[in-house]
Amino acid sequence: MLTAESSMVGNALFFVFAGLAIACAISMVYHRNPLYSAVSLVGVFIALSCIYVTLAAPFIAAVQILIYAGAIMVLVVFVIMLLNLDEDKPLTRLRYLYAIGAGLGVILLAQTFFIFYAVMRAPNIPVAEDQTAGRTIDIGRAMYSEYLLPVEIVGVLLMMAVIGGVILSRKLTQPQLELVVDNEMERRGEDH
Amino acid sequence: MEGVIKTAFPFIVLSVGILLAFQGVLMMVAYTVLAERKVLGWIQGRIGPNRVGPWGVLQPFADLLKFIFKEDLVPDKSTKFIYFLAPMVALIAALMPIVVYPFGPAITSVDWTFLPFGLGEGIKELPMTIARIDVGVLFVLGITSVGVYGIALAGWSSNNKYSLMGGLRSSAQMISYELAMGASVIGVVMLAGTLDLNGIIYAQQQSPFRWYIIPQFVGFIVFLIAAFAETNRVPFDLPEAETELVAGFHTEYSALKFALFFMAEYVNMFTVSVMCTVLFLGGWYVPGLSHLFEVGSIPYALVSHVAFIGKICAFLFFYIWVRGTLPRFRFDQLMNFGWKFLLPVAIANVIVTIVVVYFLNS
Repeated sequence: MLTAESSMVGNALFFVFAGLAIACAISMVYHRNPLYSAVSLVGVFIALSCIYVTLAAPFIAAVQILIYAGAIMVLVVFVIMLLNLDEDKPLTRLRYLYAIGAGLGVILLAQTFFIFYAVMRAPNIPVAEDQTAGRTIDIGRAMYSEYLLPVEIVGVLLMMAVIGGVILSRKLTQPQLELVVDNEMERRGEDH
Repeated sequence: MEGVIKTAFPFIVLSVGILLAFQGVLMMVAYTVLAERKVLGWIQGRIGPNRVGPWGVLQPFADLLKFIFKEDLVPDKSTKFIYFLAPMVALIAALMPIVVYPFGPAITSVDWTFLPFGLGEGIKELPMTIARIDVGVLFVLGITSVGVYGIALAGWSSNNKYSLMGGLRSSAQMISYELAMGASVIGVVMLAGTLDLNGIIYAQQQSPFRWYIIPQFVGFIVFLIAAFAETNRVPFDLPEAETELVAGFHTEYSALKFALFFMAEYVNMFTVSVMCTVLFLGGWYVPGLSHLFEVGSIPYALVSHVAFIGKICAFLFFYIWVRGTLPRFRFDQLMNFGWKFLLPVAIANVIVTIVVVYFLNS
């Protein structure tokens, strides 16, 4: 295909995926039911993964689906299902929050317009298909040569999180029956 | 006019390829259902369905008609949107890996200049894979892990205790065995040096063992067991056991939505059979075929493709055979087995492979 058509198709694809991501993000913030929010977040991750593919980063795209959408969000959905969270009740008393929300919204809109302005003024560098930073072999090489220490530290951090979760959530076990009986016997002053 | 045809031509070719691949896979899946009923019947000393056509070959169409005409029930207090979304997610996640399957070797012997409008210039080969992605293995593993959502959401949205338990058990089982499956694939990827499915087949052609099942037999066994658990098939089918949980996560689904879950289960079986074939049995590669036919010619591609389908059918038969033979695991036995035995064995396989590859390459 000629480059003009391919950049047109590339632009169209970007707008489709970006639009999908924004729609899912708005849906996630809007819904009161936490499960709908979680499913919308999965939609956001899938749309982001598609954008990564258009940026010539196939490994990151695949890993985004595998880890983020496929493992992390599954655990979040489990938590929501097991805890049986109720829908958020709409707030009725704190009216000043609406004013604060509107003010923050205006600031956010101003930031967005500034980003548009800066992007329009930036030079347009097209992404080459054979860019050599996104391939698996380059990421692997970098991970084990230049960035080895950060990778190992992140591994230790993740293990700390897992062990912390296990310790914080264990139930204090019931004392064994013999101990209970012994204590009761002592209390009553009898011997068994 | 010519420019429009030139830009649209790759899309048209891709669309035709996708259509053919999806049709082929769905027909195979429909006949897998029939094959399961017949083979299970023979194992159990009876014949399966034989009324609807000679040997029951029209049975899948009868089943499809039945599913379409059944009454469509929707539970009253269920979360409607997610109730309708769940079977769609399950089936989409099951069907998506079709685009990376290597159905056969690329055909290079045909000269395409006979096509009008100069469409055939510069085209050297016709690949028999729809999308040649660099990270094909990760793509398949990722999409199958998205398939867990279909089951978890189905269990939740039915507003039924048994469905919820079945859905949670099934998703817990699937995410546990996904790890062992991924770890068993690492050995093959290390031997092949690439994550691309076609690249893995070419690497098996070059290797002295021809098929990676020989150096990676431990990985093969681990992958096979994890695949049984991933697809919720016997002996790991407690989440949908009739005696335990009515029908597990798809209790409240009827008619076409149940047909979608049913199809998703069999397409998942097909997916892991294809992965097993490509990773461990060399995919479409038949050792010694290059002596009979010229590499890249149409007969070579055809025979390789038939061999590929034959290997997949062998795995599907093995699935059905195991279903007719083994009893099922209890859920705690299942989780213990996945985490305490299968995952350490898979990791040990990776370590041994690393050591051997390192010493062979140095």
